[in-house]
Amino acid sequence: MGDIFVLVEHRQGKIRDITYEMLGLGEKIFTQQGATLTALLLGKGVNSFAEDLATRAPKVLVIEDDQLENFNSLCYQRVLSSLISKYQPFLTLIGHTAFGMDLAPSLSVEMDLPMVTDCIGLSLEAKRLKGTRSIYGGKVNANISLKESKGYIATIRPGTFSPKIPGDKKGGIILEPSPLKEAVDAKKFLKYIEAPITGEDITQAEIIISVGQGIGGPEHIPMIEEVAKNLGGVVACSRPVVDRNWLPKERQVGISGKTVKPKVYIAVGISGAFQHVTAMQGSETIIAINKDPRAPIFGVADYGIVDDFQNVMPILKEKTKK
Amino acid sequence: MNIAVCVKRIPKTAEADIFIEKDGKDIKKDNLVFHLNDWDSYAVREAVLLKEKHGGTVTVLSIGPEETKEVLTRCLAMGADKALMIQEPSVQDGRLIAKILAQTLKDESFDLILTGVQAEDDGYGQVGVSLSQLLGLPHAAIVNKIEITGDRAVVKRELEGGIEESVELKLPAVLTIQTGINEPKYVSLAAILEAEDKEMIEVPLEKIGFTLNEPTEGTVEQVFFPPVGKMAEILKGNPEEVVEKLTEILKKKKG
Repeated sequence: MGDIFVLVEHRQGKIRDITYEMLGLGEKIFTQQGATLTALLLGKGVNSFAEDLATRAPKVLVIEDDQLENFNSLCYQRVLSSLISKYQPFLTLIGHTAFGMDLAPSLSVEMDLPMVTDCIGLSLEAKRLKGTRSIYGGKVNANISLKESKGYIATIRPGTFSPKIPGDKKGGIILEPSPLKEAVDAKKFLKYIEAPITGEDITQAEIIISVGQGIGGPEHIPMIEEVAKNLGGVVACSRPVVDRNWLPKERQVGISGKTVKPKVYIAVGISGAFQHVTAMQGSETIIAINKDPRAPIFGVADYGIVDDFQNVMPILKEKTKK
Repeated sequence: MNIAVCVKRIPKTAEADIFIEKDGKDIKKDNLVFHLNDWDSYAVREAVLLKEKHGGTVTVLSIGPEETKEVLTRCLAMGADKALMIQEPSVQDGRLIAKILAQTLKDESFDLILTGVQAEDDGYGQVGVSLSQLLGLPHAAIVNKIEITGDRAVVKRELEGGIEESVELKLPAVLTIQTGINEPKYVSLAAILEAEDKEMIEVPLEKIGFTLNEPTEGTVEQVFFPPVGKMAEILKGNPEEVVEKLTEILKKKKG
């Protein structure tokens, strides 16, 4: 078995955790089968990243180019396709992130490599790559077996695998020439837009009552606000609530919103999609209220109430009144 | 501005009881209600809003069984002008779906092709971006704002942690649309009835060079319920009793 490529993800001067998680996964599953773990670092002025990565991977390939300063899938794809052609890695790991989702599918088509996305498990069986995925809103898992191929691409769900911690041995850093000759014009990165800081900062709250699509409509939010106030907490929500404009974006707990770790997190009518769970599972105590006993949120919660929130919350409101 | 939107009919599983088929390769779907994939619904609405602003037409297309026509009719009721229906009862492979879509779209001229970021059911999130490569067009995934100026589009992509990036693309381009990009509009029964008179073209698979048993790059070996790890302690009793227990827990844990 040859190389396993791990595409390093970095943004605004920081290596993102998914990189270390993919290195951890690559080492755990594939190095005992004789693969060499290789971190691919694309960027501009990324020496310090290369030093960091060399403590976690036996080999780091670095490609420096002005056009790689910020992520641009077109530039990244050109570099990756040239590196894959040169090294013929057995497997290329890319994060199932905003960055990887913009890149991996087109790369896999261009290189004609079978791909499985959003993996929560990965293995090699009879020379075929097999990925485990979570589907139907987390209610079911599926094992997907890819057809036999000289190389594969897999995208990895963030927050699923233990990160690779730095070791004593230092890997080799190899500078590769950039294959980007002319300026890429069809797609240009313009700028980052930071979320405005306004209103309530839910990350500072000790008690959060978070509402999901399951509450049915915005008309129930004032009642929930009252319970939160009685408990000295704040109201947050999952993504569908923001999409429907029931609450502002700054209240969203999730991958594309805020990560929270309150003392108590009460999830009301939230099914427990991983995008949400990954941003609240660090809470000290999690309580879920949902009428669907099979909702994945009950696998994360410490305590559960299987009932319609409308049967429970009004009583809680009265009980918590001072 | 001519826009194509690729959509998918999917089963709703959020509050449904889920059973696994005997062969262990999928869930049972006969007890489930199907609808237009949520992400695609935003994509269709966005296409219609762009049409209202810039003129042109909106064409929706889908691959699936006969019943897929119901979701295409809904798209027409939302304001699309024309629907293409590619009948294929079973295709699930993301790469194959992208190939069929590319083959269907390649001879038509569109300024924008939209898909949802992903489907609610299997969530591969790969069709739109694969399609762009097959058509040789630039793309942007997870788009939550679109502005068109001349032959360029400036779009915002949603990143992690509340951050966005803006990206400029040369048109024509493929965009995968994130939920929340616009405000969904209520679709009236009258609009659905009217939509039934709009153009729905059936595209046979053979006509675009495919057969019913195309090779796929991946196969589902097995579906199974996730291993039960830690499960919540379920508070039992009538609502009063449950809330009593809950307030005890809250008192203790609030500190």
